[in-house]
Amino acid sequence: MSSDKHDIDEILAEMHSQLLSYLKKSNISEPLIIGIQTGGLWIAEKMRSSLNIGSPVGELNIAFYRDDFSRIGLHPRVTPSSLPFEIEDRHIILVDDVLHTGRTIRAAMNEIFDYGRPASITLAVLIDRSGRELPIQADVVGKRLALKTDEHVKLLGPEPLALEFK
Amino acid sequence: MTSNNIQLDNNGRLKHFLTTEGLNKNLLLNILDHAESFAGVGDRAVKKVPLLRGKTIVNLFFEPSTRTRTTFELAAKRLSADVLNINIAQSATSKGESLQDTLRTLEAMHCDMFVVRHGSSGAAHFMAKHVSPRIRIINAGDGNHAHPTQAMLDMFTIRHHKKDFSRLKVAIVGDIMHSRVARSEIHALTTLGVNEVRVIAPLTLLPARVETLGVHVFHELEAGLEDVDVVIMLRLQRERMRSALLPSEQEYFHNYGLTEKRLQVAKDDAIVMHPGPINRGVEIDTHVADGERSVILQQVSHGIAVRMAVMAMSMGSLVDKQEEKT
Amino acid sequence: MRILIKNGRIIDPANQLDKIGDICIADGRIVSILKGGDDFTAEEVIVADGKIVCPGLVDLSARLREPGQEFKATIASESMAAVSSGITSICCPPDTQPAIDTAAVAELIQQRAEATSKLRIFPLGALTHGLKGEHLAEMHALKRAGCVGVSNACMDIANTDVLRHAMEYAHSCDLTVHIQAEDHFLSRNGVAHEGVISTRLGLPPIPETAETIAVARALLLVEQIGGRTHFCRVSSARSIALISDAKKAGLPVTADVGICHLHLTDMDVDGYNTNCHLRPPLRDQRDREALCQGILSGSIDAICSDHQPHDEDAKASPFSETEAGASTIELLLPLTLDLVSKKKLSLTEALSSLTNKPAAILGIDAGTLSPGRAADIVIIDMEKHFSVDQSCLISAGKNTPFNGWELNGVVTNVFFSGQAVYQNND
Repeated sequence: MSSDKHDIDEILAEMHSQLLSYLKKSNISEPLIIGIQTGGLWIAEKMRSSLNIGSPVGELNIAFYRDDFSRIGLHPRVTPSSLPFEIEDRHIILVDDVLHTGRTIRAAMNEIFDYGRPASITLAVLIDRSGRELPIQADVVGKRLALKTDEHVKLLGPEPLALEFK
Repeated sequence: MTSNNIQLDNNGRLKHFLTTEGLNKNLLLNILDHAESFAGVGDRAVKKVPLLRGKTIVNLFFEPSTRTRTTFELAAKRLSADVLNINIAQSATSKGESLQDTLRTLEAMHCDMFVVRHGSSGAAHFMAKHVSPRIRIINAGDGNHAHPTQAMLDMFTIRHHKKDFSRLKVAIVGDIMHSRVARSEIHALTTLGVNEVRVIAPLTLLPARVETLGVHVFHELEAGLEDVDVVIMLRLQRERMRSALLPSEQEYFHNYGLTEKRLQVAKDDAIVMHPGPINRGVEIDTHVADGERSVILQQVSHGIAVRMAVMAMSMGSLVDKQEEKT
Repeated sequence: MRILIKNGRIIDPANQLDKIGDICIADGRIVSILKGGDDFTAEEVIVADGKIVCPGLVDLSARLREPGQEFKATIASESMAAVSSGITSICCPPDTQPAIDTAAVAELIQQRAEATSKLRIFPLGALTHGLKGEHLAEMHALKRAGCVGVSNACMDIANTDVLRHAMEYAHSCDLTVHIQAEDHFLSRNGVAHEGVISTRLGLPPIPETAETIAVARALLLVEQIGGRTHFCRVSSARSIALISDAKKAGLPVTADVGICHLHLTDMDVDGYNTNCHLRPPLRDQRDREALCQGILSGSIDAICSDHQPHDEDAKASPFSETEAGASTIELLLPLTLDLVSKKKLSLTEALSSLTNKPAAILGIDAGTLSPGRAADIVIIDMEKHFSVDQSCLISAGKNTPFNGWELNGVVTNVFFSGQAVYQNND
């Protein structure tokens, strides 16, 4: 079962408005935006254009930071991370598609700190689903879903974006 | 054949990296792709990724080599592994401890990977055959047999400049007979599907039946360099003069030394490579070594990324489903 | 002890005999053959229905490692292995430690063999003192001490003048010179046949010419001197051609081949299989076929085990650092019979190259079943199969290249001078 395009647009609009008010409340100006490959990157692009952020989106591939390397080995296809800006003392918006266990975000933050020390990191996700295994919460959430452990949601894209439930 | 399968785990993933021979094209390309990803790590504030945190890698060198050992050490450290350098003079092993005993001792220290350089062909195979199954072996050069990471960093450099392998003509010049680099390059190039591999050397520096490796043989440098895209020069050891394989360095340079003039018959955009260390004025003219077509220094920096890739891939095959249960 | 071997297929190549019948043994000697079994009162009767009965085998070359390398094997351990394969006469090369260049060493070896009461050992004496290739050994004394020939084993005689004089002196002692032909300058530090495999594996190569040039050198000296000369462990097609021409020209030369070279090629070295590190090296397929052909055509006279048992450490190193040689003594017979099943040799040719022909090269009274001779007899069950299991070898050397091979032909009884020295009724 897939949601229709209309749903995604609504969720994106929700993210956009939450993000705006969060940045305002936190007094953040000129943030940088970083998407986690691959779904997070698509959402980050949408946010960048709707928020009119000048710098390009930073791409993060967390393959080298995953905590399951010793169990499943190196991921077969790895496109390198690319942060085309200095992150030292900058405010970062970290974007992902689905926040689930929290392990991906932990890995992403570890990697970001290997590039420098940001002033702050704001976490924005399209979907916040149940099943957290680490104390990580998003600041901006497009939609919350309560799913059982054997239920999964996946973002398809980049054009058109759609959610797939299994 | 077992000689090749010993490199792969049950799922066809790279387990030990002993030779480029017998690995399929996809796996070789995979190494290059991973190396591409690791290449960026050296440009960051923290030049490390935590992939091999808590792992211990032993550089086990039975032949002295600062260059190769250093790049392996850097690669291991950039993967956050702990590194132990052990240099064993080969004479010491023949006096006392056998290679097998050395292996057992290191195994008892709970090391995870051995990077081995040894003067005898097949030494890395020997270790892979006899080591406990949780330990990985990377061949950093065995006798005249193989030096697969050097070959792969050369492939990385070639792809970096030429993108597509299929149309390339590659010439390897010099002491093919005693070169483990040449053998590994030949296997890698033919597997990656280049148009033509040539070897250029006098008969005394060519191994018997070298054409069976899939190369064309030239004894004359100009004829061999004609129209090539890549020239790989090999280092000439002084002992070749002593063992009656060559008359003198001067005569060698006169006939097989790479000069700007000789390079003119190659393609205009041909690149010049050398695994180092260079003997200027013996196999290559200084102007060529430092010239605009030379990519010799790039080879060195690519070496770290390629070695990171190989180490991460082989360590990543550590736990397969069968081993996990036991 | 009076023994009757009943109703076996008796094959005695020396007498061109291949018939079903009986053999009667009394006081360690053969009393009668084929006939006479019905009137013979025996203390022991062995029914050999469907089995082959042939002379005890003569192995032209086996290292027993004694004296000097008892940590690898001993005469006692290897005798057990040898008789299990039907071997009752062994010729051992002089490269023991110390070398067989004095009567004392030659006598010691024969005494140790006598003590086993299982087989006879015929030593080869050293051709040069200490096998150093410089001074002549005391060949007369060695001959008196029981040496059946002289040889420099695998050691080099670089100086052709020394070789010439050694061959001349041996000739005047009426001793056969056994030559393992190798030009040590050409073979240098080589460990594998120069060809596709040595190139791929990066192993130091031994060119074919390392053997052929040395064969040619020795043949030209034989032509000049005329003494009996035996070429040991010939490995290449070209060598066979040279030897074959020499034989046609009437030179007194013979040749043997090691059993491994009839089954394996340099391809078997692939994967750095140290059990296939042999000297001379395993050569290519063409050479292997030529060696089989050489036996058929008579260019090669005998097949030997070239048995070289090693301790585990000797083979547990990178290929070029390992010691050469394979443990083969107890597989000599089944591996030779395997050539018969593969239709490369006839049964009589195969057995001849293991019995009367090697005996003739050594000039010893063995390898045939004529009445009056010492009763060295083997009974073979050709129907029985077995699978080679390295760990189950009787020899102290477990270094076999044939681990896992399926072979047929199992020795069920061996008699040495009329004594039952081996029995296998499994």
